[in-house]
Amino acid sequence: MKKPLLKLDNLSHVYYSVREETVALKHISLEVKEGEFFGLVGPSGSGKTTLLSIMAGVLTPTEGQIQLSEGDIHTDVGYMLQHDHLFEWRSIYDNVILGLEINRKKTPENLQYAEELLKKYGLHEFMKHHPQELSGGMRQRAALIRTLVLRPKIILLDEPFSALDYQTRLSVAEDVRAIIKNEGLTAILVTHDISEALSLCDRIAVLTARPATVKATHEVPLEGDSFERREDARFAAYFKAIWKELEIHEEKSTINRTSTISEPPNSE
Amino acid sequence: MKKKVLSIEHQRFLNRRTRSKVIVLACQLGLLVLFLGLWELLAAYEVIDSFITSSPSRIWATFIDLAKGDLWRHALTTLAETVVAFLLSFLIGTTVAVLLWLSDGVRRVLEPYLVVLNALPKIALGPIIIIWVGAGPQAIVTMALLISVIITTINTLTGFISISKEKLLLMKTLHANKWQTLWKLVIPANASTITACLKVNVGMSWVGTIMGEYLVSRAGLGYLIVYGGQVFNLSLVMCATVVLCLLAAAMYLAVSLLSKLVERRLS
Repeated sequence: MKKPLLKLDNLSHVYYSVREETVALKHISLEVKEGEFFGLVGPSGSGKTTLLSIMAGVLTPTEGQIQLSEGDIHTDVGYMLQHDHLFEWRSIYDNVILGLEINRKKTPENLQYAEELLKKYGLHEFMKHHPQELSGGMRQRAALIRTLVLRPKIILLDEPFSALDYQTRLSVAEDVRAIIKNEGLTAILVTHDISEALSLCDRIAVLTARPATVKATHEVPLEGDSFERREDARFAAYFKAIWKELEIHEEKSTINRTSTISEPPNSE
Repeated sequence: MKKKVLSIEHQRFLNRRTRSKVIVLACQLGLLVLFLGLWELLAAYEVIDSFITSSPSRIWATFIDLAKGDLWRHALTTLAETVVAFLLSFLIGTTVAVLLWLSDGVRRVLEPYLVVLNALPKIALGPIIIIWVGAGPQAIVTMALLISVIITTINTLTGFISISKEKLLLMKTLHANKWQTLWKLVIPANASTITACLKVNVGMSWVGTIMGEYLVSRAGLGYLIVYGGQVFNLSLVMCATVVLCLLAAAMYLAVSLLSKLVERRLS
């Protein structure tokens, strides 16, 4: 049985402004196992990115604890953002080794590792190109390699495909899943797209609307790559189960009620 | 070397492009020739009073006279003062912008002072500058420096703080400290802001130098202009102004080329 790698214990987070305080997270407890592709699904604005920022060590929770069983939360966690944010003035190679430069880890072994990753994932011949010369999918792959070269124990993916068009999104998502599985890494994906989570993740936690709490956690025993998983007969059933748990339908039912009220009194 | 074979359409496109460039250049030169010719004719036939307006031929004659004398000393004096003020304002302005970016607290404290200093007409500080630093080239450089340094600081700082939050978050997730974020993200991302500042500074430095020379100089193009005005020698005033225009244009061109080189290197 796989051992737990990341443990969130009773995490809460509150944002303060002049007018009000906003509770973003409330008593969140989760465990992510080693080698697992874990999904966090929740409505927009539910605090998913706040949770990820805490896991990345860039935000300190107001309450609760976070533990990484191996390594340090500040050095062994990689973060992939919604946009690739490759620096246009740097070549792809220079972008990929940015983290190595910052962390003073530009050793021959690490540079070789960076080149190997570029070669392995089809970007070696574009090493000297600049980001604007690459397609959206290639840019996201380069951004992932920029995270991978630091050899993190765990990778956080903050809706990394949301800026891509639908076709590219499907293909890049599969690329990222394959790379992460291939490298034997643990990943946490934040998304509001249930299909995306089901096609990629081994386990999914459903979050409530703000303040976010964990509503349920589902095992996803689907096999194969993300395309095969989407074609699995059980896919729709899992989708429906998670859809029911999300609180988005409450907004929909409000719209229905409003439309009934707006009908003329003699419409019956 | 193998010559690249172009398609007829491509060749036509290139021809059209060249023709358009030649037409624009011809119009620009034509406009200048027309202006000078009309000016000269109106002065020659006494339609305009050449004592007040001078004429291209009189300006040219003054130029030849001055060139044999100390025109170059005056031009070099002004140029040296401008270049020193330009370099100092860039160095000081950018350094202050960096320091203010590094410290959020200091920036918030100093922001209103910067706004007031920017709005203040620097010529009002003329007497204070002369008393504090003396009535020499140092006063002229100080005046030029004051005019351009505040705007350099404000423009550069605005560029620095407009870096997107997501890019800053990326640097945080890569565990970059503030200096690393500055060198690896903020400065390269603001290369065009900095080079635009340099271009603005060229004009500002010339304005400041000439203003300073109006106040305290014993040499320089500003001095020639003031002297020419006082003795009603409009040809001298215009000759010095033309030399000033040429020097300012040359300096702007040099800075533009340098900016292009820097931007090309960074992009």
